[in-house]
Amino acid sequence: MDRIKALQEEFQEKLAQIVDLNALEKMRVDYLGKKGSITALLKGMKDLTNEEKKSFGAEVNKLKGFAAKKIEEKVEELRQAEVAREIASMPKFDITAPADLSRGSYHPITLVQRQCENIFKSMGFTVEDYPEVVTDYECFESVNIPKHHPARDMQDTYYLTNGQLLKSQTSAAQNAILRKYGKNLKENGVPIKAIFPGRCFRNEATDASHENTFFQMEGMMVDKDISISNLIFFMKTMLSEVFRRDVKVRLRPGFFPFVEPGFELDINCLICGGEGCASCKHSGWLELCPCGMIHPNVLREGGIDPDTYTGFAFGLGLTRLAMMEYKIKDIRDLNSGSLKALSQFTDDE
Amino acid sequence: MFLSMNWISDFVDLSGLDKTELIHQFSLSTAEVENDIFFKGSDISGIVVAEIKSVENHPDSKKLHLLKVDAGDGELTDVVCGAPNVRVGMKTAFAKVGAQIGDITIAPRKLAGYTSNGMCCGESELGISDDNSGIMEITDDIPCGTDLKSVYEIDDIVFEVDNKSLTNRPDLWGHYGIAREFAALAGRPLKPLETEDLSAYNSLPQVDLKIEDPLCYRYSCLQVENIKRSVSPVNMRIRLYYCGMRAINFLADLTNYLMLEMGQPMHAFDSRKVGMIRIKRFDKPFVFQTLDGVERNVDENTLMICNDDTPVAIAGIMGGLDSEIVADTTTLTLESATFDAASIRKSTVRLAHRTDASMRYEKSLDPELTVPAIARLLNLLKKYDEGATVVSALTDEYVYHFDKVELNFNKSFVDRYTGIEIDNETIVKTLQSLGFQVSLDGDNFDVTVPSWRATKDVTMNADIIEEITRIYGYDNFAVHTTRSPLYPVRMDEVKRNEEKIKEVLVKRYDLHELHSYVWAYYDELKVLGIAVEDNIKLANATNPNIETIRNSMIPTQLCQVKTNVGYAPEFGIFEIGRVVTGMTADNLCIEKKMLAVTLYSKTADVKALYFKLRDILATVADDIKHRALGFAEAQPTHDYEHPVNLNRVLLDGADIGVMGIVHHTVGKKIDKKASIVFAEIDMQAFADIDNASIVYEEPSKFPPMDYDISVVIPKGVLFADMAACWKDEGKGILKGAKVVDSYDTELFHSETIRFEFSSHERTLAMTEVQEIMDRIVRNLNAIHVNLR
Repeated sequence: MDRIKALQEEFQEKLAQIVDLNALEKMRVDYLGKKGSITALLKGMKDLTNEEKKSFGAEVNKLKGFAAKKIEEKVEELRQAEVAREIASMPKFDITAPADLSRGSYHPITLVQRQCENIFKSMGFTVEDYPEVVTDYECFESVNIPKHHPARDMQDTYYLTNGQLLKSQTSAAQNAILRKYGKNLKENGVPIKAIFPGRCFRNEATDASHENTFFQMEGMMVDKDISISNLIFFMKTMLSEVFRRDVKVRLRPGFFPFVEPGFELDINCLICGGEGCASCKHSGWLELCPCGMIHPNVLREGGIDPDTYTGFAFGLGLTRLAMMEYKIKDIRDLNSGSLKALSQFTDDE
Repeated sequence: MFLSMNWISDFVDLSGLDKTELIHQFSLSTAEVENDIFFKGSDISGIVVAEIKSVENHPDSKKLHLLKVDAGDGELTDVVCGAPNVRVGMKTAFAKVGAQIGDITIAPRKLAGYTSNGMCCGESELGISDDNSGIMEITDDIPCGTDLKSVYEIDDIVFEVDNKSLTNRPDLWGHYGIAREFAALAGRPLKPLETEDLSAYNSLPQVDLKIEDPLCYRYSCLQVENIKRSVSPVNMRIRLYYCGMRAINFLADLTNYLMLEMGQPMHAFDSRKVGMIRIKRFDKPFVFQTLDGVERNVDENTLMICNDDTPVAIAGIMGGLDSEIVADTTTLTLESATFDAASIRKSTVRLAHRTDASMRYEKSLDPELTVPAIARLLNLLKKYDEGATVVSALTDEYVYHFDKVELNFNKSFVDRYTGIEIDNETIVKTLQSLGFQVSLDGDNFDVTVPSWRATKDVTMNADIIEEITRIYGYDNFAVHTTRSPLYPVRMDEVKRNEEKIKEVLVKRYDLHELHSYVWAYYDELKVLGIAVEDNIKLANATNPNIETIRNSMIPTQLCQVKTNVGYAPEFGIFEIGRVVTGMTADNLCIEKKMLAVTLYSKTADVKALYFKLRDILATVADDIKHRALGFAEAQPTHDYEHPVNLNRVLLDGADIGVMGIVHHTVGKKIDKKASIVFAEIDMQAFADIDNASIVYEEPSKFPPMDYDISVVIPKGVLFADMAACWKDEGKGILKGAKVVDSYDTELFHSETIRFEFSSHERTLAMTEVQEIMDRIVRNLNAIHVNLR
């Protein structure tokens, strides 16, 4: 009996010193394994009386149960200690440290152009690409700006030595688009719905608000019975999408050779909403884009009978939109090639 | 152009209407009005006519005078005044105590020891002219004490119309035409102009006049003498001033007034200098002194008014100094004419001299205006100077008549264009109010365009739509969507590729998109030692630095890299832009849309950077076309290209571009310590390659097997050469081979290549893989690639 008690004491002493699971497992084997010291106690019972065997066995089993329970508790204790240790060993990070946002960037024009293109694509418009070097016919003649027309003076065009020119307006694509889709319109009744973004050039001195190279986007729709009413509806819907709010539009007569009637379209000021503020010169309105019903001469020149078909066209200054959207004050930043300025436009969404 | 509401109201009764609102409507229906509307005279009150009864010098001041003025109060008022032009008996504008001038309220005030009970005012103080030389002198017979505003039109609403928005409207360059628009908007009648009956002078002699050049459409003139008046009536001067013109003298003011009223420029010659009026051009350029004293070089394309063979005025632009009205002029010849608009415009540009007259002529004035303008001027002349006498018959040569414009359309045409219902009565009323003659038969309209709209502005039915709708008001339109059928639209392949490429480059490779100009930058390229290669040039570049259109975007990007050295130790830029690579047989530019990419690094070695660029291009090709790129060694053709590692880029066998390393002679001028590599891809060539589709391979259920070999590779053997050694081996089970390790010693280049085997049918046996590998190794040995 003393041996049992001594063994129990020895077990408890040793257990107290155990600090890791491996040592604990070894100890379990030492005491409770087939050759363990507790198991050995039972082997030494053969010299005892039956009566003694009974009580001794019960005591040994009690010790066995005690030891198993203690080991189990110790296992749990050590596991928890290990978790605690692991937790304690994890340093606390400074999540407020500046994030690494280094990555590529889009040109702001790309972002604005993409937004606009997506709106028009969602309304079934094709997006047309067009060269930058065009002929006099494409840029002027075909869009009802004959030679000596005052509108040609208004545009200080860059001419090339071969007589071609750098397009001064995206309208240079109108004739080609009318011709490209005219057949489908006439034979299958498919309306012409196209936008044509592009880079335009004006031979003028540059300053904070003037560039000789800038982006425009024109759009047009031609079908039977396209009306001024449709145009107003369309412009309002489209601009509400562009500015992501319900814009008010108003039309004023405007003179552009390729439309008749032609309009200047104003929207209610983005800053004050129409109340009047410094940025809209207290008028509440912002002159945004020219638009109008496509001039019969332009349709005719594009091979489309103006007595059967009508259409509207509009122009948006993408460069101006980008400057408005990102509050860019100096237009020259856009073509500066400076990454300090232009690496900031990582995405639009 | 500034417009006076008083002047407009001469011709249309706008009483009871909100003028500001009308101006706003005008802006929405006719032409753009600038934001600021000026309420003239609104900050002035309590100014009366007063007579100076006595003038004494101030005892202590050389400038000040002590006045007693009669301001109509029954007793005289003491006033201290500093104006030099005070004199007894003079009537002037007097601000009584309590009067308001701008922010100042007039109160009794001590001036150098004397109390002044009011203030005598100068015209500039009243805001009715810029004359600040003294106090206003009133010569009209007006009783003292009369409120100045009750006799003079000091109160007025003045607004400014953006001239650009009047480009197509020659009829709106005078108040009468503007009044017509207001009448239409307000639904009130337009009054006729008061004119003089010129037929009364038919019996007088004609002026010797001959138009000798078709650029003059019409020339009307009349001779007048005995004009005594030199200073214009106050109201006329106020109107001129409010409309932005300075009063000069009665005659000059009158012609200006007429121009601002009717839009018809007029000129007065000293009749002694224009005995034989001839309108013509000269064969040779010459120098001509205009009435502003400037000597101008006039060329043979410029139309001149002449006295026989002596030029006296540049037609439609400015009179000559020599034929101007002078002090001893007794008889003058009034000119009212119409000239070819384009010719005047071009002369203006050549002379670099734009005048109020030429600005109007450029817009294609109505020749019908010339005679009514003379009749109107004479009416005003006689009204303000009764002694003026006409001494010639109206002399009028009218050689070019614009075609009468008659239009015919149906109600359904209007409906189709507008998309809304505007009834026939409204259409008729609107057009008539604008001066169109309209006859309506059922739904059929016959319209005659008035002469003042028929010089170029209104020529066809679509123009009529504008007239109807702008007066109807665009704000009043019911708006609705189109009824057009829906069809799917297809994206252009170049556009589609462009979007994807930008996404890959920005999102995966952290490149920055920049924009640039389409011309070569001479100055910047010179710094880099890159010669601008000969290419098509701008014919009218104002800056020689931008004269030549670029044939490649790479030099542009190298300039941009130079700009950005210091931005970061490593960066990459790209742009999709245009170049002109040559000329067609028809001498048209061959324009190409290119993707240019340039990588710069101070940290990566040139090989790593070069392969990064190669991988970028390969990823783009794989992402968009699902195809592998090929390369072909190329010879340098530009001075920025390093001759080693320059490659044409191939896709599906087609040449789509170039990639290489920037030549060190250029590179060191950008940054001595950095590596720079570039690529340029032809977007159309890229788009022309068909998209290969993704071929799905089901994952095998059997374990794959890798087999590595390490080989020593002799100089000159490419990976592509080795790949040929296993291209036809292990059909169906050899899935790929890649380099997993490589190292170089001074003696050899070595790579570890991992071959990946897998089968859909079975677990592969080592023996069959070994057999394949043995064959591959034998093939490799044949090109002197041996196991290490």
